[in-house]
Amino acid sequence: MNYIIIIISAIFVNNIVLAKFLGICPFIGVSNRVETSIGMTGAVTFVMVIATIVTYLLQHYILIPFGISFMQTITFILVIAALVQMVEIMLKKVSPVLYQALGIFLPLITTNCAVLGVAILAVQNDYNLIESVVFSIANAIGFGMALLIFSGIREQLELVDVPEPMKGIPIAFIVAGLLAMAFMGFTGIV
Amino acid sequence: MNQWKNFSKGLFRENAVFVLFLGLCPTLGVTTSVINGVGMGLATTFVLLMSNIVVTLIKNFIPDKVRIPSFIVIIASFVTIVELLMQVYLPSLFDELGLFIPLIVVNCLVLGRAEAFASKNTFTSSVVDGLGMGLGFTMALFFLGGVREILGNGSFLGFKFIHGDGILLFILAPGAFIALGYLIMIMNKINKKTA
Repeated sequence: MNYIIIIISAIFVNNIVLAKFLGICPFIGVSNRVETSIGMTGAVTFVMVIATIVTYLLQHYILIPFGISFMQTITFILVIAALVQMVEIMLKKVSPVLYQALGIFLPLITTNCAVLGVAILAVQNDYNLIESVVFSIANAIGFGMALLIFSGIREQLELVDVPEPMKGIPIAFIVAGLLAMAFMGFTGIV
Repeated sequence: MNQWKNFSKGLFRENAVFVLFLGLCPTLGVTTSVINGVGMGLATTFVLLMSNIVVTLIKNFIPDKVRIPSFIVIIASFVTIVELLMQVYLPSLFDELGLFIPLIVVNCLVLGRAEAFASKNTFTSSVVDGLGMGLGFTMALFFLGGVREILGNGSFLGFKFIHGDGILLFILAPGAFIALGYLIMIMNKINKKTA
């Protein structure tokens, strides 16, 4: 039951993009086409889940026992940067097709605050290992869902006659606002 | 390089939020009031200035291949310093900003300036660039925080000037997106007129 609450809360009620404002850069940056946002979602899911597991283990078996949890920020970002690099090298060797598909998105993930944010939130919420994994998967799904819906809307938006100064980013933000408003309808279901 | 031009580009022509669209997560996340916005802006400015200074001083010693990880470590160190200082001296602001303080590390603006400017320019230029970009970012957060606080809460800097509540939507998540969308639109219009 606990897991279901974590999942629904992370995907709908506290959606990582539309309610917590994490990962806005890729949300605005790569949401022009549906295909690119699928690629981005795949890469983010991969890194987010692995990063959450590794940072959980680091936090509970190294940082806390040695009393150096103030090093959290530095450690976590280094882990994520290293992971992204590792994933990139591994994918290149193991699955060149997937590597081609994700290509340009992989290095961008290091500075995606959603990954670091989820890792820190999982620690702050005192989740155990399984809860952390569930939490990170749910957040990745929430990120992907928001990105997909948004890129679908933006593809349509290109055909619409928008006032000149509003073209591009401003109208995208207003659409994102309306989308966030729609997601607010989920408030209170958990 | 003309230092005044270098400074003012961060405020207007290359404003981080309104023109370059960098550092949007904290911009949207913390601007429920003016105080929070400016607090976040100044914390980011400090990190940006310090990381620019350190990066420009050691740029010749960093091997090219590991420069991005090195920049991240430098930035993360200053973020940790800000985190610890705020926890002690500004505990209430620290609680309000919460998760977004450690997330200064992944603010694309800070890494972007280290990579694109400080690692290529002289000490003075880097200091001026860090100050200009940081203050431009702070200014954007001030405006967005101002709009959201006035419309959403009917107050400015905590002083209430209407009875009851404002338009609650602007304090909530959707209001952040919508207010920023309109502010960027106004900025586009102004930039087009002056250009």
